[in-house]
Amino acid sequence: MTSTVVASCSRSCFINADPIVHVRRELPKSKRRIRLALETNELLSDPVDAIEVFYHIKNINDPEHPYSLEQLDIVSVENIRVHSEAQFIQVYFTPTVPHCSMATLIGLAIRRKLQESLAGRFKTEVLVFPGSHSSESAVNKQLNDKERVAAALENTNLLEKVNLCLRGNLVL
Amino acid sequence: RVWHCAWDPTGKTLATCSSDKTCRIWAKSAAAGNTWVTVAELEGVHSRTVRQAAWSPCGRLLATASFDASTAVWAQSGSGGTTGEWECVAVVEGHENEVKSCAWSPSGSLLATCGRDKSVWIWEVQPGHDFECVAVLNGHTQDVKQVAWHPAEDALVSVSYDDSIKVWTEDPGGDDWSCAQTLTKEEGGHASTVWCASFEPEPSRHVRGPGGTDSRRLATCSDDRTIAIWRVDDSRGLRLEIDAKFPCGHDRPALSVSWGKCGLIAEGGGDDSVRLFAPPRDAGRGGAGDEVNCVAWHPTDPRCLATASDDGTVRIWSV
Repeated sequence: MTSTVVASCSRSCFINADPIVHVRRELPKSKRRIRLALETNELLSDPVDAIEVFYHIKNINDPEHPYSLEQLDIVSVENIRVHSEAQFIQVYFTPTVPHCSMATLIGLAIRRKLQESLAGRFKTEVLVFPGSHSSESAVNKQLNDKERVAAALENTNLLEKVNLCLRGNLVL
Repeated sequence: RVWHCAWDPTGKTLATCSSDKTCRIWAKSAAAGNTWVTVAELEGVHSRTVRQAAWSPCGRLLATASFDASTAVWAQSGSGGTTGEWECVAVVEGHENEVKSCAWSPSGSLLATCGRDKSVWIWEVQPGHDFECVAVLNGHTQDVKQVAWHPAEDALVSVSYDDSIKVWTEDPGGDDWSCAQTLTKEEGGHASTVWCASFEPEPSRHVRGPGGTDSRRLATCSDDRTIAIWRVDDSRGLRLEIDAKFPCGHDRPALSVSWGKCGLIAEGGGDDSVRLFAPPRDAGRGGAGDEVNCVAWHPTDPRCLATASDDGTVRIWSV
């Protein structure tokens, strides 16, 4: 991250009323193909890497702040592992505060986005960054139980919330 | 996504459950060149994913458990076979939310259901397709994933997201049900969600129970990437004791186990393969396309196995 600014929030009902907001990253020139693919909604034929995965999820909106997961430093390239030989992706995300009750919703949004973007070519594990959440193992267990995830995404209220997060501005 | 598949007791038809809210019944068609075709589509009752189906021991009734909090019971009109029309004869309701599993007792007089509300319900089958709740079993602290009846006795095993396995038996008075045993990691059990349990069809000659009699076993599989084998002591109202625990052979959740009459345990799960174990040794594997949600041995053909997968397919294997 190059610079940080502190956003002020007047509403005190937020779980984290004053999150630190980071600037959006510029897409490296070498990753033009990702930009093209995101714009045209086409699948890339060359191997998926952490940067591509990051660009799929970085503009997901936080459930309660008008900022993206990238701006709140919830997701970063460094915390994405791609095991291409096993067709397996692990995304570690960092909730803004350790007691964040939005953690499962954020994780669910990441799961949903990757499902759509990677069209089932990869198995995904979405986990909270080790030590970043007070109920780390419970959140991880729930986010990686395919039956509970499937049931959650059939719940209209929850699906609406997830879709709101996914409707974030697609700014590259 | 196909979540589950279940053979009818004769093995002539296979029921499959899907996230498309339907349950399909398949049979081999001579007219279609001896391939499997859909002979019935059970739809219009469930408003969400159909998670599991269970045939009554007589093969005339099919129960389907759904995320819509209900369990439907279907019956075939006419004389049966594979041609009659299926209709929903009862909708069993009581669970607060998603029903994950249903199972008929060996006599067919009881139906057990379980779900995300942490409870197991036992229903008595009354004349005229009436289902009366005889017990609501609380004890699990999380989502109950599956229920399985002992093949010969009215004793029930439930497995859960709380990592434990519970055994439920009817009290000697015959009026109430209670938890006879809870098996956790401390008793040699699992370290994460237990997804499925399958009883050995016949008592095994290799395993001696108390008094030198042959003892049956139970297989359970888990998110902790292991399969556990339990010795079943029938003489004491079904007590389980750990016999062996071994890795499922891959680093993904083990979602389903089925103990076949051929003596092999089939395991299916997140690594897209089906593995066969001659307990406790790995015997072979085959590719299944996508994550395997269910494995089910044919009831009479000991070499035939059906699997249901995330890629929307159901495969029938010859082992």
